[in-house]
Amino acid sequence: MLALEFPPISHLVEWPDIFLKGNDLFAINKVVLGFFIATICSAAVMLLGGRKKALVPSGVQNIAESSVDFIRSQVVLQTMGPEGMAWIPFLLTLFFFIFFNNILEVIPGWQMPGNARMAMPLFMALVVWLVFNVVGVIKQGPLHYLKSVLFPPGVPIFLYVLVTPIEFVSTFLVRPFSLAVRLFANLLAGHILLVTFAVLSAAMWSIGPGLVILPLPAVVLILLTAFEVMVAFLQAYIFTILTAVYIGGAIHPEH
Amino acid sequence: MSVLAEITANGDELKKFGGALGAGFAYGLSAIGPGIGIGYLVGQSVQAMARQPEAAGMVRTTMFLGIAFTEALALIGFVVFILLGL
Repeated sequence: MLALEFPPISHLVEWPDIFLKGNDLFAINKVVLGFFIATICSAAVMLLGGRKKALVPSGVQNIAESSVDFIRSQVVLQTMGPEGMAWIPFLLTLFFFIFFNNILEVIPGWQMPGNARMAMPLFMALVVWLVFNVVGVIKQGPLHYLKSVLFPPGVPIFLYVLVTPIEFVSTFLVRPFSLAVRLFANLLAGHILLVTFAVLSAAMWSIGPGLVILPLPAVVLILLTAFEVMVAFLQAYIFTILTAVYIGGAIHPEH
Repeated sequence: MSVLAEITANGDELKKFGGALGAGFAYGLSAIGPGIGIGYLVGQSVQAMARQPEAAGMVRTTMFLGIAFTEALALIGFVVFILLGL
């Protein structure tokens, strides 16, 4: 008989405290430790990469320079234009932090993405929400910013009854919500997918050799791990590019 | 009458049953629309890239944006699935 016992979902994402046990506010578990690792890694890439400043980059400097160029040409120039160059450090930090948080999903022995808990995606989405609103208010002035968001030009006057509530909900409520849920749900889904196939592989091995289909779940698990590496990168990219689009929209209002 | 008595007796079981059923439907139904949408979106983007390869970079960026917006509906369905299934 197949000894297939799938753990409950709360069991997959909730971890016991490691440091400061019993402290409600400052207890540190595996997820929080993952945030610290992601912070240190994203700082280390830039600090190590900027140390030597060789003309022909190699090693870490190569990674740092190509990532700056990636954000510059693929994110900023595509969505904000040359005026958005000042936002490269912010977007690059966001990108690296999310990417290292996500890639912990497939690091053997760790295998817990920090973004599979709602706390960090929600916090980052709120930061982005605050940033693009503050930028809009500073660049355009509070009244003009509200006017350009709520009353987009080129709409027949009687349609504003319909358009203004929709614009209000989609800009101020749905944007941070969808930004957070997209990152969180993608990572949680990937985590559950990997756990499912790992549990299946273990159950298959426990019934012993002799089955032809025995290695199949393990093969799928390896392929899914490669897929999750791609998802980790893609979600960091999408979060960054959406941030750039929102900030760009606050800088240049539609005419 | 006996049905009513059974419902009050097995209220928790019934709730669990309804939750599991709703969870399955929530994810299944929410995957239909984004599935069609992303398929159409990527298909059109590939066509655009094939017709005008020099615009491929711009098309790809816009494609990812569109995928991100379309996919959000399926992901909300997935979150509801988790919440109902617990």
